[in-house]
Amino acid sequence: MTLDAAAKLAYDISRVRKDFPILDREVRPGVPLVYLDNAATSQKPQQVLDTMRDYYEQHNANVHRGIHTLAEEATALYEGARDKVASFVNAADRREVIFTKNSTEALNLLARTIPLAAGDEVVVTEMEHHSNLVPWQLATQRTGATLKWIGLTDDGRLDLADLDRTITSKTKVVAFVHQSNLLGTVNPVDVVVAKAREVGAITVLDASQSVPHMGIDVQALGVDAVAFTGHKMCGPTGIGLLWGRAELLDSLPPFLGGGEMIDEVTMAGSTWAVLPHKFEAGTPMIAEAVGLGAAIDYLSDLGMDAIRDHEHELTAYALERLQRVEGLRIIGPATTEDRGGAISFALDGIHPHDVGQLLDELGVAVRVGHHCARPACLRYGVPATTRASVHLYTTTGEIDALVEGLDHVRRYFSR
Amino acid sequence: MTVDSMYQEIILDHYKNPHHRGLREPFDAEVRHLNPTCGDEITLRVQLDGDTVKDVSYDSEGCSISQASASVMADLVIGKDLASATSTYDEFLELMQSKGQLEPDEDVLEDAIAFAGVSKYPARVKCALLAWMAWRDAVGQARGEVGESTT
Ligand SMILES: Cc1ncc(COP(=O)(O)O)c(C=O)c1O
Repeated sequence: MTLDAAAKLAYDISRVRKDFPILDREVRPGVPLVYLDNAATSQKPQQVLDTMRDYYEQHNANVHRGIHTLAEEATALYEGARDKVASFVNAADRREVIFTKNSTEALNLLARTIPLAAGDEVVVTEMEHHSNLVPWQLATQRTGATLKWIGLTDDGRLDLADLDRTITSKTKVVAFVHQSNLLGTVNPVDVVVAKAREVGAITVLDASQSVPHMGIDVQALGVDAVAFTGHKMCGPTGIGLLWGRAELLDSLPPFLGGGEMIDEVTMAGSTWAVLPHKFEAGTPMIAEAVGLGAAIDYLSDLGMDAIRDHEHELTAYALERLQRVEGLRIIGPATTEDRGGAISFALDGIHPHDVGQLLDELGVAVRVGHHCARPACLRYGVPATTRASVHLYTTTGEIDALVEGLDHVRRYFSR
Repeated sequence: MTVDSMYQEIILDHYKNPHHRGLREPFDAEVRHLNPTCGDEITLRVQLDGDTVKDVSYDSEGCSISQASASVMADLVIGKDLASATSTYDEFLELMQSKGQLEPDEDVLEDAIAFAGVSKYPARVKCALLAWMAWRDAVGQARGEVGESTT
C-alpha cells in the first residue's frame, strides 16, 4: 500500500459523514442535502450534540459561584473547555483564552478596549469581514484616530506593496483576516506581522475561517490577539474565542462590567478580577463552551493535518471543475496556493440570487450575497457572488452535484 | 412547490427586456435603496405633475426578481394618479406578504400578478419589493414629506 492510500484510508469520509446526522436529511422528498455553505456555519457531529445534552441532563449549574456538586462539575467542564481551546491553538497560558459570544464580540472587545487617540492609525485590509472592519470604524470615529487599509490585487491577494504606505510609525493596531471568507485567500501572516512589529503596532488576527480548516498555533503566528468562532468549527453557536497575549490583555481595561469580572466592589468603585475572568462578565455560555470542547476533541481525533489535506484535495477538485463551467469567473485566487475551500464565483449574466435559488431546488446549499465583505465585492466590481465552501465532511460527489447544478442554472436562464 | 412558480415567463421577459430603465430628466426626487443582505440596489427617480405620476426611471442591479419587479412597477405607476398608484402599491404589498395564499387581481396588478409565486419564498420577497419601496420613498420626498432612510 502506498503512503497516499494509507492516508486516504485513515481519513474515512463515509465514516466521518455518519457522525453528522443532518447530512442524511433530504431537503425535499427525494432531494438529498448537499451542504456547501460551510463558511457561514458548519454542521455538528453527534459527539457535540450528545455532550451538550449530557451537560444539561447531568451537570447543569452556574459556574464558579457554587460549592455544591453540580456547580463544581459544571465549573470543571467549563474550565476544562478552556484548557482544550488553549492546547488546540497552543496558547502559552490558559488565562489568555477568553470565551465570548462569537468572533464579532471578540473583535469588538479589542476595538473597544485598545487605547486610541487622535493622530493614531489603525490598519485593516480591504478583504475584511464586516466584523473586523466595522468595530475599527467605530473605534477610530470615537477616538479621532484614522482608519487605513491594505488594498487587494486583481487575483485576490493582499497588495503587499501597500504595506509600507499603510503601516507607519503612527500605526497602533493592524487587524487582518487569516483566511478570507469571501475570496478563500490565506494571507501571509509573517509578512504583515514583521512590518507591524517594526513600528510597534498591536496585531489582531481574525482566524474565524482558518482555525476550523487548518488549525493554528498562536505562538508561531506571532500575532498579539486572535479571534475565532465556535460554530464554524463544528461547535455550537453562541460561543467564540479571544486569545490574547497575557501582557496585552492585562494592560486593557474591562469590556463589559458585571458579575464574575470583579475583584472587590464597593459603592464607590470596583477592582477587576484577573484574567481570564476580567473579560467574562455575567453567566457565560456554559453548555456552549462544553460543546465547543467536544468539537475540539472531535477535530483533534480526526487530526487537523488530515482535515487540511482532505479539504485541499476538495478545493483543487472544485477549482478545476468550476473553471470548466462556461461563463464562470472565480472571484479570488484560482489556484490552491495559499487558499482555502471557500470559493466565490460569478456566472455570466445570471445573478447570484437566482443561481442560489435554482441550486436550492436541487438540494445544493450555497450562499449568495456580499458575504459580509461588501468592500471586497465592490473592489472586484460585483454586487454579490455565489459562494460554495467545503468542510471536513464534504465529498467530491457534492462538488459534482454543484457543477451539474450550475449547468442546469445556465440552461434554465437561457431558455 | 417548485421554483417554476416563482420564475414565471412574464418575470423572465421583464428581466431580459426591462421597461423604463435608465435614469431620466427631469425629476423631483431621487432615492437609492439597497437590499443589504444580497447587495441588490436601485437608484430611482420620480417626477410628479400635480397628483399624477408623470415619470419613473431607474438604474438598478440585482437578481431577476428585483429587476423584473422594477420594470413591472414602472409600467404600473407611470401616468396614474397618485391615489390609484398608491393603492396598487398597497395591493402588491399585500400580495407579497400573503405567503402564496392570495389570489391576485389581474385588473389592478396586471403583470405584477406573476409575483404571486415569489411570496412563497420569504428570502425573495424583499427582492420583489425593493423597487416599490424606493418608489414610495421617492414619492414621499417629491411631495416634501420627511424622507425615509434610503438604505
Ligand atoms: C472571516 C470572518 N470573520 C468574522 C466572522 C464572524 O463570525 P461570527 O458571526 O461568528 O462572529 C466570520 C463569519 O461569518 C468570518 O467568516
